[in-house]
Amino acid sequence: MLKLEARPQPSKLMSLASPVLALAITVVIGVLLFALLGKEPARGLQMFFWEPLKSAYALSELALKATPLILIALGLALCFRSNVWNIGAEGQFILGAVFAGGVAMQAGPDTGRWIVAAILLAGVLGGVLWAAVVALLRDRFNANEILVSLMLVYVAEMVLSYLVYGPWKDPQGYNFPQTISFLDATKIPRLFTGLRTNVGLLIALGMVGLFWLFLFRTYAGFQLQVGGLAPQAARYAGFSARRSLWVALLTSGGMAGLAGALEAAGPLGQLTPHVPVGYGFAAIIVAFVGRLHPGGIVFASVLMSMFYIGGELAQSRLGLPKSITGVFQGLLLFSLLACDTLIHYRVRWQASAAQAALAVHGQPTTEKKAA
Amino acid sequence: MDSQSIALLIAASMNAGTVLAIAGLGLLINERAGIVNLGAEGLMLVAAIAGFATAVHTGSDLLAFAAGAGAGALLAAAFGVLVIWFNTNQYASGLALSLFGAGFSAFVGVGYTQAKLSQRPHFEIPGLAELPFVGPALFKHHPMVYLAIVLALGLAWFLYRSRGGLVLRAIGESPESAHALGYPVRWLRLLAVVVGGALCGVAGAYLSVVYAPLWVEGMVAGKGWIALALTTFATWRPARVLLGAYLFGGVTMLQFHLQGQGVEIASQLLTMLPYLATIVVLVLISRNPTWIRINMPASLGKPFHPGS
Repeated sequence: MLKLEARPQPSKLMSLASPVLALAITVVIGVLLFALLGKEPARGLQMFFWEPLKSAYALSELALKATPLILIALGLALCFRSNVWNIGAEGQFILGAVFAGGVAMQAGPDTGRWIVAAILLAGVLGGVLWAAVVALLRDRFNANEILVSLMLVYVAEMVLSYLVYGPWKDPQGYNFPQTISFLDATKIPRLFTGLRTNVGLLIALGMVGLFWLFLFRTYAGFQLQVGGLAPQAARYAGFSARRSLWVALLTSGGMAGLAGALEAAGPLGQLTPHVPVGYGFAAIIVAFVGRLHPGGIVFASVLMSMFYIGGELAQSRLGLPKSITGVFQGLLLFSLLACDTLIHYRVRWQASAAQAALAVHGQPTTEKKAA
Repeated sequence: MDSQSIALLIAASMNAGTVLAIAGLGLLINERAGIVNLGAEGLMLVAAIAGFATAVHTGSDLLAFAAGAGAGALLAAAFGVLVIWFNTNQYASGLALSLFGAGFSAFVGVGYTQAKLSQRPHFEIPGLAELPFVGPALFKHHPMVYLAIVLALGLAWFLYRSRGGLVLRAIGESPESAHALGYPVRWLRLLAVVVGGALCGVAGAYLSVVYAPLWVEGMVAGKGWIALALTTFATWRPARVLLGAYLFGGVTMLQFHLQGQGVEIASQLLTMLPYLATIVVLVLISRNPTWIRINMPASLGKPFHPGS
C-alpha cells in the first residue's frame, strides 16, 4: 500500500519541482484531451508553447496578457501570505477599469498626457474602494471575506453592465453596449512602435521588485506573514491582525484596480461588458503556481498567458472552444496542489498490517477492527 | 399586489429556492463532516451541463438528475481525496475545482447552447392544486421541490436523532475522538463529501433541466457560492437552510416581479439584489463571532491526520 509519510523538514527541492511536475501532468492531460477530440496533439502543444514565443509580435502579446496577471497575483500573494482569502480580484479589476474609464472619458481634444497618471490613480482607487468594502465587513462584522469578495465580483459585473448599457453608452455606438473610444491622449504609452506592449509591463516588473523588497526585506512585510503563518505567535508579538487584514486587502485591491486601468486605457481603449476575462481568477492560480513569490509569479504569469493565447489560437485554428484555457488553468492548479503534498510528505511503499502478518506467520491475522 | 400575484411570487420563490436548498443541504453535510467545499460553484456547473445533455439525449429527467448527481459525486470525490488524504489546503483545492468546473462545463457545453428540451410535463397535486391561493402557491411544483423539503426534514432527523448523524457530527466536531472510538474518520469524511457533491450535482441538474431549462455558459451565476453562504446563515441546521433558500429565492424573484410591475430601476441593479442580499445576510449573521463559533462544527476546515 502506498503511504504518505511526513518529512522531518519541507523539501526545498520539491517546492521548486512541484510546479514543473504539475505543468507536466497538465500537459499530459492536455495531450490526451486533444487526442480524444481527434486533434493533432503536436499542433495543440505548438499552439500553447511555441506560437506565443515565436516572434516579436507574439512575445509582445504574451507580455500584454502577463502584465495584469503579474500585478493582480502580486497583490493576491500578499493576501494569501497573510492568510486573507481575497477571491474577488476580478471585481476589483472591473472597478479599476470603471474608475479609469470614467476619468478617460473626461479627456478633451486638448487634454495633455498627464491624464494617463490620473487614469491609473483612478484605477487604483477603484480597486482599493472595492476591496475596502471587504475589509470593512470582515473587520467590523466578521463577515467571511471569501464570500463577500466573491459576491462583489457579481455586483461589479452588474455595475459595469449598467454603465455601458445605460448612462455611459456611446450615442454613436449603433446601440452596442459600449462607451466611446477613449481619445489618444489617454492611451497608455507603448514601448515599441507597431507592438501593443505598453509601459504597464515596466510598472509590473517594478512592482515585482517592490513586493520582493517589502516581503523579504522589511519588518512590516515580516509582520504580515507571521500573522498568516502563526496567528497566535503574531498576537503574542503584538502584531496587529486587523492591520494585516487592511493592508493585504487594500494592497491587492489597488493592484487589481491598477491592472484594470491599464487594460481599459491600454489594449481595450473603451469599456464594454467584455472587460472582465477572468484575469482576477487566473491570478489566483498564478499566485499559487508562483509559490506566492514575486519571482515565481513572473514565470507563472508568462505560463498562464501562454494558456490564454494558446486557447485563442486553438479556437481560431482548431475550432475548439476558447474555454479550453479555463480547463487547463483549473487542471494546473489541481495538479499543483496534489504535487505540493510531496513538499511535506514522501510517498512510501508500505505493506499493510495484514500483509505483513501474512508474510511472517503464513496466515492472515484475525485482528478485528473496532466497529 | 393582488393575492394571485402573491401566490405566484411564493410559487416562484420556492422554485428558485429549491436549487439553493438542495445544494445548501449537500454542503451542510459536507461541513458537518468538517470539510468546506469551495468548489460547489464549479461542481454545479459541470452537473448542470451533464444533466442538461442527458435530458436532451434521453428525454428523461430522472436520468438527467442521476447524471448530475454522478458528475457532482465524481468531482467531489477527486476534491475529497486531495484534501483528506493529500492534506491539501481546502480553500485552494475548492477554488481549483470551481475554476476547473467553470472552464470544463463551458468547454463540453459549447454544442448545447442552442439545444432545446422538449415541453416539460406540468405537475400539480390533484385536489389540493385547485384550492384558492394555496393551490397555485404550494401545490403546483415539480416533485423535486417537495423532495427538497423531505430532504431537509430527513437530514434534520438524521443529524439529531440517529446514530449515523451523531457519527457525522463527531467527525466534524472532534475527529480525534471519533478516530479513538474506532471510526474510519477519513473514509466517513470522504463519504460526506461525495454525498454533498452528489446533492450539489442534483441542484445543478435541476437548474438546467427544470428551472431554466436551457444551458448557458456560467449559468449557475454564483448560486454555488450563495449556497455556501446559506450554511453559515443557517448556522448549520437543515430546516434553516431550507427557509434561507426560499428567502433567497424570493429575493431573486422579487427582481422579476418589480420589473413586471414597471418599477423604473435598471435591470442590472435588480440583478445585483441576490448578491447584495447575501452580503447583507452574511454581515447580519456574522456580527456576533461567539454565536458563530458556538454553532460552527469545531473542526471545520481543519485537516485531520490520524496517528500524527
